[in-house]
Amino acid sequence: MSDGSVLDDSGRRNFLIKATSVVGGAGVAATCVPFVASMNPSSDVLAKAETEVDLSEITPGAMRTVAWQGKPVFILRRTPEQIAAAGASAGGPDPEADVQRVKNPEWLVVIGVCTHMGCVPNKEGPGWVCHCHGSQYDDSGRVVRGPAPKNLEVPPYRFVAENKIVIGRA
Amino acid sequence: MPHRIINWIDKRFPLTSFVKHELTGYPTPRNLSYWWNFGFLAGFVLVLQVATGIFLAMHYKADIALSFDSIQHIMRDVNYGWLLRYMHSTGASAFFLVIFIHMARTLYYGSYRAPRELLWWTGQGLLLLLMATAFMGYLLPWGQMSFWGATVITNLFRATPFIGDEVVIWLRGDYTVGDATLTRFFALHYLFPFLIIGAVVVHLVALHTVKSSNPSGIDLADKDNIPFHPYFTAKDFYGLGVFLIVYSVFVFFMPDSLIEPANNIPANPMQTPTHIVPEWYFLPFYAILRSVPSMVGGVVAMGLSVMIFAFMPYLDRSRIPGGAHYRPIYRILFYTFVVDMAVLGYIGYIPPTDMSIVIGQWATLAYFGMFLMLPFISKLEEKWMRKRGLPAELQTLIESEAKDKSKIMHRRRKGDIA
Repeated sequence: MSDGSVLDDSGRRNFLIKATSVVGGAGVAATCVPFVASMNPSSDVLAKAETEVDLSEITPGAMRTVAWQGKPVFILRRTPEQIAAAGASAGGPDPEADVQRVKNPEWLVVIGVCTHMGCVPNKEGPGWVCHCHGSQYDDSGRVVRGPAPKNLEVPPYRFVAENKIVIGRA
Repeated sequence: MPHRIINWIDKRFPLTSFVKHELTGYPTPRNLSYWWNFGFLAGFVLVLQVATGIFLAMHYKADIALSFDSIQHIMRDVNYGWLLRYMHSTGASAFFLVIFIHMARTLYYGSYRAPRELLWWTGQGLLLLLMATAFMGYLLPWGQMSFWGATVITNLFRATPFIGDEVVIWLRGDYTVGDATLTRFFALHYLFPFLIIGAVVVHLVALHTVKSSNPSGIDLADKDNIPFHPYFTAKDFYGLGVFLIVYSVFVFFMPDSLIEPANNIPANPMQTPTHIVPEWYFLPFYAILRSVPSMVGGVVAMGLSVMIFAFMPYLDRSRIPGGAHYRPIYRILFYTFVVDMAVLGYIGYIPPTDMSIVIGQWATLAYFGMFLMLPFISKLEEKWMRKRGLPAELQTLIESEAKDKSKIMHRRRKGDIA
């Protein structure tokens, strides 16, 4: 093949342009990966993904707020009356049985973030009240009055001892 | 000597011709009213924000343990730090005020219509950049409103299909708004103004291609143009003087009126303030977000409420020039829209009650209704106006415009002009 016919071969030229564009584009896309990934939680942030809580100092009927992943988690030690009341109802707009929301009926563990706009509800009377927009939750963390659409979320947690839990992994 | 220097430069760079073409000799319609001052004012506030921002950044610390105190340090210890900060915080509000008026003028006079669609769309892009910049800047003082505002707004991205939770964590760099969020918001808050400057250049290139619109709504066949300098430099500087009086009243006498009191409490992720409100310039859009009962629907509606302005060149089907000035029904629609924005702003400000939610929903319906009905209304309005006969003043303008245009075409054919 002479030089002239190589230069005139437009099919060959188009193929080369397309191939370089694809390889170059893939290279640019691959280079973006570390930049995008750098914005995900770093190792020290991931390290606080689990929180260990000692429950022994919480008296019956009392509540403690602990930070897990920077979010407040409500731990409520429920009295037999509270357990009975929570077991008797199915909640409100988002019905769910109380037994499905606890590992041990004495301990209620829920994320203290209102499912409406992300505010932190306050413990008031039986259950919680969110002061941002007036949502109410019962002693099982279930919404009983809107505008919140869902029950307070139960985080993944497990009992590692009789009175010690680890929040973060079930 | 200066002449020789200019000559030396002009041989190597088109300095004189550029200044003459784009600034001093730039042809501007002579009938521009003061409503045409606000583009220049927006540019001025941009410079002000960049200048004060750079000097504030010299004293600010983007670290959740230090940022709140570094603001107090700026306010109390840094020489004129209070002035820089109040100029910057008031400047943000001034920027939105000026931009909203700039947009209202465009809508009133129909300046978005052909051939100015790209000019309008680059402006739409600038509005989005401005909103993003303001939102990220508001987190930096790390007060309660900063924290919870950023929490609620980043939460909106949970509406992303399938990967909503991952997107929110990616945006924050943490499970909640935290140190990673603050640092990246600071970095981007410093970057975005320079993107805005770049977008402003594109906006101005588009403007200088299609030239300014004017209150008559027709381009007057270029015959009624006067040079930008000294006529409009003088007019713009006069407007600047009026603007600076209003701005200074806020900076020196009521700087805190634009800052939510709750933002003087350091951010506390474990406790939400009883009433979260965004800055005043986001209130109408926030009201639309809250008016839609479903979360995803609310986010979509809010996004659409900002982006819907971009469709104006196609929604407005009327060919009557001059926008609301010559179009009575469009004028009613315009003022209804302004009132509706004010109602939405108020609804977004107050804590929601059963009554306010209903009003907000009607106002949201009216907001979108006006845009979506516009193609039909503008068509019918034009038909009605042509049947009734256009106002004599407008008829004369259109006829003289057509005559001048045909004269120009004739001369162009003869080769007199390019």
